[in-house]
Amino acid sequence: MVYVAMVTGFILILMGLYGALTNSNILRMIVAFSVANTGVNIVLVAVGYIDGRTAPILDAAVPVAEAAVRIIDPVPQALVLTAIVIGLGVTTLMLAYAYKLYEIKGTLDIAQFSELKW
Amino acid sequence: MIKRFIVLLFLLGLGLVFAGLLSGYSADNELNLTGRYYAEHTAQDIGAANIVTAIIVTYRGLDTLGEVTVLFLTATIVAVLLGRGVAQKGKSLQRDLPKSGELLTTGSFLLVPLILLLGAYVFINGHLTPGGGFQGGAIVASAILLMLLTDPLRHFSHRLISIIESISGLFFLGIGVLGIFLAGGFLDNRIFPIGEFGSLFSAGAIPVIYSLIGLKVGAEFSSMLVNFSETEGS
Repeated sequence: MVYVAMVTGFILILMGLYGALTNSNILRMIVAFSVANTGVNIVLVAVGYIDGRTAPILDAAVPVAEAAVRIIDPVPQALVLTAIVIGLGVTTLMLAYAYKLYEIKGTLDIAQFSELKW
Repeated sequence: MIKRFIVLLFLLGLGLVFAGLLSGYSADNELNLTGRYYAEHTAQDIGAANIVTAIIVTYRGLDTLGEVTVLFLTATIVAVLLGRGVAQKGKSLQRDLPKSGELLTTGSFLLVPLILLLGAYVFINGHLTPGGGFQGGAIVASAILLMLLTDPLRHFSHRLISIIESISGLFFLGIGVLGIFLAGGFLDNRIFPIGEFGSLFSAGAIPVIYSLIGLKVGAEFSSMLVNFSETEGS
């Protein structure tokens, strides 16, 4: 079960990087980066999974006394919650800069932005 | 063509690295030391039913403060980058916007209050159920997004958004500092009584802190959305 999630995550990372490296449109690159970001998050969450256990929320199904043997690892989940929020911030900044670039050049083709090319 | 070949070669190498990682990975059968500590001590020490919330708001509260700061910086940079469009408001639209349609307009009247209510529910119950301030804030901002979809030229008060954001941020910090004087340290949740485990008014300051985070995150996401939407008019 955990391998399904991990393979999915790794494939998403590879797909995202492929899209970011081969597309020349900046918007498509941003979408590709988001896909890769999602892949990283899936892999991180999958690392904390333990077979046959449940979510780290203590309620009727998970008595406090048995918590340590009934729940999966909460630390990667907290980590990924942070990573998702930061990923959103990064995506927003990329979109804002893309808008600025479009305003300056009137195009989103990365090949037209050759000022820093060497 | 040669460029695409290099890209494929690079990805193949990365894929091999991933395959190596995957074949060497063996899932744990029990919690590691950190996870076990959180599982055994959250109920007595923090009183939150949702252990992830306990980690984010109390055990690693300082990191969350940093995370909220990063979001705040993002919202500010977006406002600075895109804000200039507002100054040239007199300019005409680049294109005619299509009408949003009866279905979307009526649907948003019905859905926006419900979405706001769900967002508030999610961040107030963050210590009991899956969810919390960040998720609730995102849901609140999705209501703003729906309103913007209905009318892309709708004007939202930047002042109101920034007031909500600054006040909730200040109170978040204030509660954190209160923790130094009334409890064990910065952002300690035991400044209020921990209460009965599993009820709404439990886990000390966690519901308050997470509600403030929810308001702050919702305001920040909304300000980003509004700034992006206002580029339409410039």
